Amino acid sequence: MKYLCLIYDQESTLNAMSESEGSAFMGEYDTFTQNLIASGKMLGGQELSPVSTATTVRIRNGVLSTTDGPFAETKEQLGGFYLVDAVDLNEAIQIASRIPSARIGSIEVRPIMVRG
Amino acid sequence: MADVIRDQVEAIYRNDSRRVLATLIRLLDDFDRAEEAMHEAFAAALGAWARDGLPGNPRAWLVSTARFKSIDAERRRARFDAALPEVTAQLHPESATSGDDDEVADDQLRLIFTCCHPALSLDAQVALTLREVCGLTTEEIAHAFLTPAPTIAQRIVRAKQKIRTARIPYQVPTRDELPTRLDAVLQVIYLVFNEGYLASSGSALTRHDFSAEAIRLGRLLLELLHEPEIEGLLALMLLHEARRVTRSSDDGELILLDMQDRSRWDQRLIAEGSELVQHALRSRRFGPYTLQAAIAAVHADAQTASETDWTQIVGLYDVLLRVDESPVIALNRAVAMAMRDGPAAGLLAIDALMLDGTLRDYQLAHAARADLLRRMDRRAEARAAYHAALALTRQDSMRRFLQRRIDEVDGGT
Repeated sequence: MKYLCLIYDQESTLNAMSESEGSAFMGEYDTFTQNLIASGKMLGGQELSPVSTATTVRIRNGVLSTTDGPFAETKEQLGGFYLVDAVDLNEAIQIASRIPSARIGSIEVRPIMVRG
Repeated sequence: MADVIRDQVEAIYRNDSRRVLATLIRLLDDFDRAEEAMHEAFAAALGAWARDGLPGNPRAWLVSTARFKSIDAERRRARFDAALPEVTAQLHPESATSGDDDEVADDQLRLIFTCCHPALSLDAQVALTLREVCGLTTEEIAHAFLTPAPTIAQRIVRAKQKIRTARIPYQVPTRDELPTRLDAVLQVIYLVFNEGYLASSGSALTRHDFSAEAIRLGRLLLELLHEPEIEGLLALMLLHEARRVTRSSDDGELILLDMQDRSRWDQRLIAEGSELVQHALRSRRFGPYTLQAAIAAVHADAQTASETDWTQIVGLYDVLLRVDESPVIALNRAVAMAMRDGPAAGLLAIDALMLDGTLRDYQLAHAARADLLRRMDRRAEARAAYHAALALTRQDSMRRFLQRRIDEVDGGT
């Protein structure tokens, strides 16, 4: 069973970290990722550029509109994701709870849709 | 003969249908299929048992009949739907359930922990538990929660969908997970109890059936799993239940603890509750439910309100605050302090608590303040505080109680 773990952080919290705090945090991510790969449960994952670089695209009445953002009415922004292979939701929750951002932001665990 | 069998089947349904269901959900890996198959098996039992007599182990008979009926239905469905290769795997399942008691108990625990899985919303956990573990109908649940039946039905459907789609496993939590997972189960049980006991809105002060259901659940859980906090919660519910009939007058008016007729408290429930508390406390692995039960036991122990051991109660609240730093518990501690040291000390403590604003919308905080001010004869302030409490209260009997207090303060009696 595949689950997507979406990582939501407050970019302001990350930006407020000192250099040493920031590199320690990234170090935790490296360790987590290495362990996940070693366990054979990592199917993919990426870190995203900050939300200030994002563009939102929609078509309304046949007209394309592109806007800057999404804008931060929401406090937490999508910062990256892991696609993991887990037996069931309990295991997916276990994995998600070890993602470093779980301590300062939140992880949304979404089962990948199985059709048919 | 047919009538006798019908009565027997009905009795077995009442006593055992939840256990049969719990096992079938494991075997068939689906709530809806399990329920459907179980009902078919009970229907089949009427005919088969009238013909062949009652089987030696009716529960095992029901489980295996339900299972074959379900597999049969899948097989028929599969004939029309070639895209179901996994069905063939289920046609030759490993040996059917042995029906031994340990396995049955495990299945019941699996069902309880799955219904109370924290990945489901609390509303959904409650509805699902009452439906699947207690066997209440959607209408009964809707009625008790003053919610339209379709809303409850949809809540249950969505929860089952999430269990299936997100693959919430049908498992008893591991030792590591147990503390947090057990908390979720206890929370659901206590919420059901309070729904019956307090009735958050509307005219009925107590809805007895729900409290009884919660106590039944607590007993079942304790039978299946020996954890001190389950004893604590069961004790807490029993000690509240013991006072039920004295909590309101014949015409439905609220009677506070100090005015209740203690001779009518149910001593059998108090004895059982107190013993459970003692046992849980001795384990030294107790938590907030045990401590609240211990406080209730101290109250139950006092022959008259004036004999209440407030020193011990304040002490228990101190320990409770260390486990759970909630402002509501701090408020209760302040009220107990007022009983021990006088209203002025209590008022000081409550006012300090209300400074940060978290209790501003909590009716009982205003009611407690009002009561202390009344006892200190500061009538204008008492009146204002009672009005603040009244504005926040929806429950009819509580509203009438506060109104009576306002009248008393106004009349200067």
